[in-house]
Amino acid sequence: MDTIVSPPRGSKQPTKKPTVLSEAIVEIVSDSGEGAQKCGQSLGAISAKMGNGVWTVEIIPAEIQPPARSRAGASGIRVRIGSETVTNMGDHAQLVVAFNEQVPYGRIEQRAYKPGTHLLIEDKWRNDPTEKIRQEYTEAIEQFKVLGADVIEIPMEEECLKVVKNAKKGKNMWVLGMLSYIYSRDLEKAQQQIRRIFRKKSDQIIQDNINLLMSGFAWAEANLDLHFEIPAIETDQEMLVMNGNEAISFGVMAAGIDVCSMYPITPATSASHHLAEHMEAVGGLVHQAEDEIAAIGFAIGSSYAGKTAVTITSGPGIALKTEFIGLAVMAEVPLVIVDVQRGGPSTGLPTKVEQGDLLSVLFGDPGDAPKVVIAPSTIEECFHFVILARKLAESFRTPVFVLTDANLATGVSAFPRPKVSEDWFASPIDQSDWEEGVRPYEWAQETGLSQRPIPGMKGGMYTLTGLAHDEESHVAYDPAINQRAAEARSRKIAALQLSLKEPKVFGADSGDLLLVGWGSTRGAIEEAVATARSEGLDVSSLHLRFMSPLEPGIKEIMQRFKKVVCVELNYSDTVGRPLIGDHNRRFSQLAFYLRGNTLIDIDSYSNVFGQPLSPIRIYNMVKRMFDQYHAQLKAAKS
Amino acid sequence: MIGIRADLTEQDLPEVYYSIQDYSSSNARWCPGCGDHAILTAVQKLCREKQLPPEKTVFVSGIGCSSRFPHYMKTYGFHGLHGRAFPVAEGVKFRRPDLDVFVVTGDGDCCSIGAGHWVHAVRYNMYMVALLFDNEIYGLTKKQTSPTSPKGTFSNTHPKGSVLPPLNPIQSTLGFANVSFVAQTADWHPAHLYATIKKAHEHPGFSFVRILQRCPVWMNHGFSQAVAKDNSVTLLDHANGIELDPQVRKSFKQVIQHDPSDILKAREYAELEDSLPLGLFYQNTEAERYDEYGAHNLHMPVKERLSELNGLLDRYAI
Ligand SMILES: Cc1ncc(C[n+]2csc(CCOP(=O)(O)OP(=O)(O)O)c2C)c(N)n1
Ligand code: SF4
Ligand SMILES: [Mg+2]
Repeated sequence: MDTIVSPPRGSKQPTKKPTVLSEAIVEIVSDSGEGAQKCGQSLGAISAKMGNGVWTVEIIPAEIQPPARSRAGASGIRVRIGSETVTNMGDHAQLVVAFNEQVPYGRIEQRAYKPGTHLLIEDKWRNDPTEKIRQEYTEAIEQFKVLGADVIEIPMEEECLKVVKNAKKGKNMWVLGMLSYIYSRDLEKAQQQIRRIFRKKSDQIIQDNINLLMSGFAWAEANLDLHFEIPAIETDQEMLVMNGNEAISFGVMAAGIDVCSMYPITPATSASHHLAEHMEAVGGLVHQAEDEIAAIGFAIGSSYAGKTAVTITSGPGIALKTEFIGLAVMAEVPLVIVDVQRGGPSTGLPTKVEQGDLLSVLFGDPGDAPKVVIAPSTIEECFHFVILARKLAESFRTPVFVLTDANLATGVSAFPRPKVSEDWFASPIDQSDWEEGVRPYEWAQETGLSQRPIPGMKGGMYTLTGLAHDEESHVAYDPAINQRAAEARSRKIAALQLSLKEPKVFGADSGDLLLVGWGSTRGAIEEAVATARSEGLDVSSLHLRFMSPLEPGIKEIMQRFKKVVCVELNYSDTVGRPLIGDHNRRFSQLAFYLRGNTLIDIDSYSNVFGQPLSPIRIYNMVKRMFDQYHAQLKAAKS
Repeated sequence: MIGIRADLTEQDLPEVYYSIQDYSSSNARWCPGCGDHAILTAVQKLCREKQLPPEKTVFVSGIGCSSRFPHYMKTYGFHGLHGRAFPVAEGVKFRRPDLDVFVVTGDGDCCSIGAGHWVHAVRYNMYMVALLFDNEIYGLTKKQTSPTSPKGTFSNTHPKGSVLPPLNPIQSTLGFANVSFVAQTADWHPAHLYATIKKAHEHPGFSFVRILQRCPVWMNHGFSQAVAKDNSVTLLDHANGIELDPQVRKSFKQVIQHDPSDILKAREYAELEDSLPLGLFYQNTEAERYDEYGAHNLHMPVKERLSELNGLLDRYAI
């Protein structure tokens, strides 16, 4: 019943043979509200379903409705499609579809394109009734050509109007059709995708969009020379495709957590949205509290009276929750706190990525407040780490942080489908009688661990308090008790460290340079390291998943390298900038933390552009370091 | 034995009988003459009267003299953060309809630092009792002005007398959405105090009780008029109001008949200036309850959870 409409413009040529690529990076940029993201997400989903590795990153303007046709207003998406697992957004785009000629400028400034990038631009502006726009258009086209782009003007609107009356809505699906031809995407899967996106819409709308898709495909086939193929990854595993926040949400449900207590904040909210839609059906509920303080207070109350609860937030929310986090540490309440980091401080860059909360999460509370902090490095780990967090929270009677970021939150990728197991689920609330004589904080000498009574347990009655307390939970009037209790809480973290394994080095086990990262930057760092190694540079990398406690053996690994550099997305001073020298430079957060922990003179490479790190930036940094190093050696010799 | 009817035969005796002792923990450390002692006594009496299983009873508080309360009960307790008792109590109750939850909060705790949560606690209308210990001063931190301090109160933050008129917690609460129970009582009227807390405990929803509480240390003259002169207190009386012994009722010189279903009249009486109204201002047993929402999908079998989850994951499979 699917009709292929829109006769192609040129005469149909004999079927072209596609060029095989190992990967492609595609960007679709437009004014916001034109559906570029939906188009890219669909391309990603179709590709994932075809068995490709995929990573998508949203390109988000800071304002919700920036003026039309503005350079800063670029809204859209980058899709990286590969024949192997893709772990980051990559470097330069191979092909860009732009709905107007202004939006690519912002991306060019961010060095997202390179000479030779195919730039496919909506051509309707060439004949716009406004003189100024016509002029801007022709100027831009010339400039892009001078910059080396392969500019191709596309009659998107004109072609869409042959299929539908209003081209504003639906151009994105025509573009999807065009891209489906260019990258040899499976049209059957593309149609399924459209049916899925518009499942709540009328049959007419679904059919219109399918017609647009087919029209875009046919037009591209008849008019474009661009035709590629990206073979699928060879695997017989069943795969799931989702973004990091969806993975967090699934992790919460698969951990058998019953309560998610939250207050909306970008970029964390979509995880709670997903939970709000689905958690009820699996036996839990989302509570939208009146503010972040109430959100964590509610979660703590819920944990105190039963199963471990979760609260999901971002930096400003963490700031508000701090007092309660301290209480959870002090009174040893199990709790999972997900922090989807964004740019800070203050309201900062709400939609952009940063790894700026590490130190405030580790040390933000007044007093000594040791806790567990883990950081997933992939979307798959977002899922598994929530399950791990729930277990650790209960076993170690402590709050556990899961630190992700805006890059993981909105990035989409495929990973092997986990077999959800009953063992992951929190057990039902224990209501057996409390063992007589056992105190509510009976800290084991060796580990600092203790059992917690839960309301309903006969004989376990105690009053939890944030005041310094003894093993009975009685307010401590003897200062020695406070020292002992602090020691017990700290020892728990050491006990957990005992059970961890030494992390694996990517590359060689010893050598000239070791890059150390954490969180979402892993894919980019490892890709850069692989490239550098293939060129003979002796560089390796280490990725940390446990931020507190640190995994064992890190210092020994670092000592096997001549130089160690932390690579991360937060601010650090650059030596040589005004007033900044080796005597006063402020290091990036992980570097600061590891320097104190290891007494190794660790360097840092970091920035707060709000963009994910690209492999090429890291590679260039590595290259510069080696060049400098060799220059120094040479100077020393002569 | 106190509290047991004389005609009880041995067979009627419950297996466990909880006496006052079963609800008392360490000796209360409040100052001598502090109104908090009387409230503790009334609450322990209620627990015994209702035979609340101590392991199923939770007292949640903030920070302040009054918030030490849970430490003096032998039930479960949660002595948390200044101003944040309500969210914790809501979290406790959300998935535990079987627990009896009480909140103890001070005037600074509830009406100042925790005011945002107070508004919403009323609106959530979860089944719990909230006791506002209102001494019209910050006790624990040694005499700072509270939002409920009468204008002109000499305090360490307003040595020349406080400059603003006080907030009226009864009036405020009556203005919050979905309000379902508002009463006022005083520590120096043990019978009225007890009867009010009992009525609050029987109310299926969030019952807000403001208890006028004397702090002889920092508010030497606080409520002295009301304590000394019968005509400076007015009893709000009604068949649906606080149940009082006729003897006790007689001891009030001024009595107004007030139907607690009438919220407009309630707001009017909340503003009585020269004579403090004690009694039930407002009750609505039909108001929407958030704890019912919280408990609506409890105890789903693990098998069912697994299959729902797998079904959902199918949608993300390729
Ligand atoms: C975040 C925070 N700010 C301030 C304090 C100090 N503090 C403790 S109790 C209190 C006021 C207590 O007054 P109230 O709530 O009326 O209780 P009362 O002592 O009178 O019973 C203050 C300001 C604190 N504990 N925590
Ligand atoms: S300071 Fe006042 S409120 Fe606090 S315990 Fe003493 S009398 Fe009671
Ligand atoms: Mg007070």
